Amino acid sequence: MAAAEAGAPLVEATHLTKRYGDFVAVDDLTFRVGAGEIYGLLGPNGAGKTTTILMLLGLSEPSDGEARVIGLDPARDPLEVKRRVGYLPDSVGFYGRLSGRENLDYTARLNGLDPTESTARIVELLEQVRLTDAADHPADTYSRGMLQRLGVADALVKDPQILILDEPTTSIDPAGVAELLDLIQSLARDRGLAVLLSSHLLSQVEQLCDRVGIFSHGRLVAEGRVSELADRAGDPGLSLDEVYRRLAAQAEEERRDDAA
Amino acid sequence: MTTQLEAAEAPAARPADSDWLHRRGPGWVVVMRKELAEGLTSLRFAILLGLLALAAAAPVYAASGAIRDAAEGASGVAALFLALFTIGADPVPSFVALVGFVAPLLGIAFGFDAINGERAQGTLPRLLSQPIHRDDVINGKFAAGLAMIAVAVTGMMLLVAGIGILRLGIVPSPVEVLRLASWLLLTIVYIGVWLSFATLCSVLVRRAATSALIAIGVWLVLSLFGVLLAQLVAGMIDPSGATATGTGALGHAQLEQQLSSISPNTLYSQATTALLNPSATAVTVPGLQQLIQLSQQIPTQLSLDQSLLVAWPQIVILVAVTVGCFVGAYVAFLRQEVRA
Repeated sequence: MAAAEAGAPLVEATHLTKRYGDFVAVDDLTFRVGAGEIYGLLGPNGAGKTTTILMLLGLSEPSDGEARVIGLDPARDPLEVKRRVGYLPDSVGFYGRLSGRENLDYTARLNGLDPTESTARIVELLEQVRLTDAADHPADTYSRGMLQRLGVADALVKDPQILILDEPTTSIDPAGVAELLDLIQSLARDRGLAVLLSSHLLSQVEQLCDRVGIFSHGRLVAEGRVSELADRAGDPGLSLDEVYRRLAAQAEEERRDDAA
Repeated sequence: MTTQLEAAEAPAARPADSDWLHRRGPGWVVVMRKELAEGLTSLRFAILLGLLALAAAAPVYAASGAIRDAAEGASGVAALFLALFTIGADPVPSFVALVGFVAPLLGIAFGFDAINGERAQGTLPRLLSQPIHRDDVINGKFAAGLAMIAVAVTGMMLLVAGIGILRLGIVPSPVEVLRLASWLLLTIVYIGVWLSFATLCSVLVRRAATSALIAIGVWLVLSLFGVLLAQLVAGMIDPSGATATGTGALGHAQLEQQLSSISPNTLYSQATTALLNPSATAVTVPGLQQLIQLSQQIPTQLSLDQSLLVAWPQIVILVAVTVGCFVGAYVAFLRQEVRA
């Protein structure tokens, strides 16, 4: 627990940069997420959110800068990072011929968890994501929303300190979104998790996030509490969508000025 | 946290779980167990069993007459039990020939979608975000695929042996059993070549259908046109040799042989001949010196270790090809981005 002492950030990116040839996917990104905090990485598709997440997990190597997860460098120590971080990928998939329970069980075994403990844990998690009735049906028969909820349970099987959710709300209906976000919030509170979630649907997640970072073309154009950002954009009553539009426009202008 | 970590690092300290599927082990073992559990109930495995059952049943019934004739005609036929596997009756090839033909297909069938299948299913990012190495995924899948095919091939071989003993009353000698066992191992190695090649395709090619087509295409080219290609290339390198006589023709034949040895099919059939035909003292085109020796040789039966010696170079090359495909698959997979 030493690394997670009060105040120490669980996720820390410093000047993180990822280049693919000439294309800069993530440009000089710096942010932190502390324990018990829900941080929203917001921005349109292609802004570099998934790339950032992959670098934090050690699944992609940064071209420049450094990531720290629970004090570890994911590029050097990926296995230890993966042991402690639960990850729900964008459009998560499961083995269709295995049941939901078997899929979670596979994850538990890949993490080397004790079988008796993990079995009980999986029962509890399936209960929490309301999949107990469907637990033994093949994952092929699940709806998109059920798969997404199973994905949340899957990310929690290893009892992580950090939960990373990539676009958790895409392709589920609005009722499902509200339910999923409630679930994430209560889980984060109960377990004191640091949650990093990415989304391009700003209005959906603004109530959930303690802090947000707004992403555009690989750059973090603004960061802070939703209310602070609304102030900065010029009107405290603005919705996050509007805030985003104004801040992104500002950043775009600055970028053009820089280039000129 | 510490207790969890210790538990993760010392899995062997726990009492063994009764359910073998739930026991823990290194990453590749976990992957292998899951692939086995999923694979053994799959349609793919059922088709594999069906194909092999055909390959086993057809020759035994079709060829039993021919084998009886051989048995009656010459009590001097050594290694009669081996004939059960190597003799076919005209339209139906022998068991060994059939297995040699379907083995590459089996390897391809179990490997062509190993990695790109995970990608298409959306399970790859989830799998790779677990604390295992990427090569654990490849190793586990390869081990599971090879184990399934090996079990099926072994089963079918035992079936043929059983039918032979019951229907024809031929009882194998211990040496014959050893020869068959070493041929079985050779076949598993040969299947491994194609399984690892298909796995390599599944890493390099994003679409499973394309990957299967490429693997099958390579197999077709090597098995059907391999000899033709070797002749063509040999003709280009040594144009005068094709019409020459004497040593020139011999040299040309050797060149052709060496070229066709690039194909695993050729290597496998050469090694098969050496292992299952005790009178085969050489399986490649001999040099002039050897040819003279061979012509002076009294027809003889080789002992198993001598036959193994004849087949050894072929086996070594087959293993080397497998290793090469593996290394390629590792390197390509390590460098790949997780998402499409």
